[in-house]
Amino acid sequence: MLQTKLCNIKLKNPTILASGILGVTKESIGRIGKSGAGAVTLKSLCHEERLGNANPAMFSDDGAFLNAVGLPGQGIDSAVKEFQRLDNLSVPVIGSIYGYRIKQFGIVAKKMASLKPSMIEVDISCPHLDYGKPYYADTQLTAEVTKVVKKNAGRIPVSIKLSPNVYDIKEIAHAAEKAGADAITAINTATAMAIDVDARKPVLANKIGGLSGPALKPIALRCVYEIYETVKIPIIGTGGVTYGKDALEMIMAGSTCVGIGSGIYYRGIGIFKKVCDEMEAWMRKNKVKSLKEIRGCAHD
Amino acid sequence: MMEIGRVVQEARGIKSFFFKNYINCKPGQFVMVWLPGVDEKPMAVSYWKKNEFAFTSSAIGNFTKALNMLKKGDKVGIRGPYGNSFSLKQNACVVGGGVGMASVSALIDALKNPVVINGARSKEHLIYRKRYKNKNMIVTTDDGSYGRKGFTTAALDEVLLKNKTIRIVYVCGPEIMIKNVLEICNKHRIECEASLERYMSCGFGICGKCMINDRILCIDGPIFNSRQISKLSEFGKFARLKSGKKVTIKEYHSVNA
Repeated sequence: MLQTKLCNIKLKNPTILASGILGVTKESIGRIGKSGAGAVTLKSLCHEERLGNANPAMFSDDGAFLNAVGLPGQGIDSAVKEFQRLDNLSVPVIGSIYGYRIKQFGIVAKKMASLKPSMIEVDISCPHLDYGKPYYADTQLTAEVTKVVKKNAGRIPVSIKLSPNVYDIKEIAHAAEKAGADAITAINTATAMAIDVDARKPVLANKIGGLSGPALKPIALRCVYEIYETVKIPIIGTGGVTYGKDALEMIMAGSTCVGIGSGIYYRGIGIFKKVCDEMEAWMRKNKVKSLKEIRGCAHD
Repeated sequence: MMEIGRVVQEARGIKSFFFKNYINCKPGQFVMVWLPGVDEKPMAVSYWKKNEFAFTSSAIGNFTKALNMLKKGDKVGIRGPYGNSFSLKQNACVVGGGVGMASVSALIDALKNPVVINGARSKEHLIYRKRYKNKNMIVTTDDGSYGRKGFTTAALDEVLLKNKTIRIVYVCGPEIMIKNVLEICNKHRIECEASLERYMSCGFGICGKCMINDRILCIDGPIFNSRQISKLSEFGKFARLKSGKKVTIKEYHSVNA
């Protein structure tokens, strides 16, 4: 009922662990796979080891979840040693990568490709990392990154992860598609802040962070809806998906798959199975046999 | 944020910070303590009463050094409690090594007459000596400056040989000590629960920094029993740095210290 094809990857269901949540170790991938996710995205890796930002790096307040972890990671070389390969795990794995310079995106992509992930996702949109250049906000830069990653990824499909912190997300998505992207992941977090009234200071050590959780969903839906009208490549709709209803909304807006990240904070690792069960229950009740029937149905 | 009600010097460089606030806490759980502009770290709840709780901090790194400068009336951010808790079985022996005692002290208070083994490097590093003077407590110091000379493990082995009523051992301390305690428990075929430690950031199971094998220490732990630990191949051998890089326990401690 929920089987989904994303590029050439067959998924048992459309839920995908979003990058940045848990996916740090090989064993956590296995565990999240077992818990019901259709695919798992690794935490983003770059050409070097990074400690990330100081704590507090995460904050939650009802429907708003903020983080400024600052892309900590062991670096691609160390990860290649640890993971060895990603094509023999119980669940399809998406390798998330980034760099500071265009050339580094290419180097990291090539090393990631050697692990044979099902897909490579390119994080050009972390809101609390200074990449040096605004890859997420400039059509030319987005296209350049896409091209260099495509060139180094071989046959592995490439998805570009976009930011909502732009004037027009449609033109960025269009630039990525034109440059050869096989998919779009939309969206990364929205820049945000939390202040503690007793401390009279921002809560996050980095001051500014990225908003996720239920508060992000309406923004993500709008972005997916706009991108669907602009490009033909599949979209991984990510942002605030917590319940089956949210996932259905994403698919109606036009996404092929749905990313789930901070949802784990609200519903635990079992969230993937819960969301799938809730989607199926709605589909049975409304006599919908496959997600194809409703994909993009919110459009005129 | 919460106001520090009083500060108690427990040993050299080790202080307990008391708060006149209620938190819904079980023995073994921890809170995340925030010093604005410095850092945020997990601290085990070491005293827990109806309207007061405390944690005990040893000044080692930047954060704990800054924390231990604070005085009555200063405010710190507290969120939690987080993590799982000890099983609270009676006829217990509770073993604490160094400031690891702080992770088992709320448990000691919750149990009926447990045998307590409190170990430290030397007398000046020993905590809770007066707090537990009325308990059935064996004190060990590595240098023999107080109590019995030697490690907690030797004392535990002896207790388990002599006292056949003991049904469970609870432990917190350096990982090497926990490893040895588990071996002694296995030898005596006695159940054991240990409070483990890994670098932690969010405290609620999202960031993935505190993974030990496929377990998320901050929500699946910090308390694990012997059977669970036997499945953790990284236990006693490897831990992850702040970056997520897997290194030997020795390297992990040299970086985190």
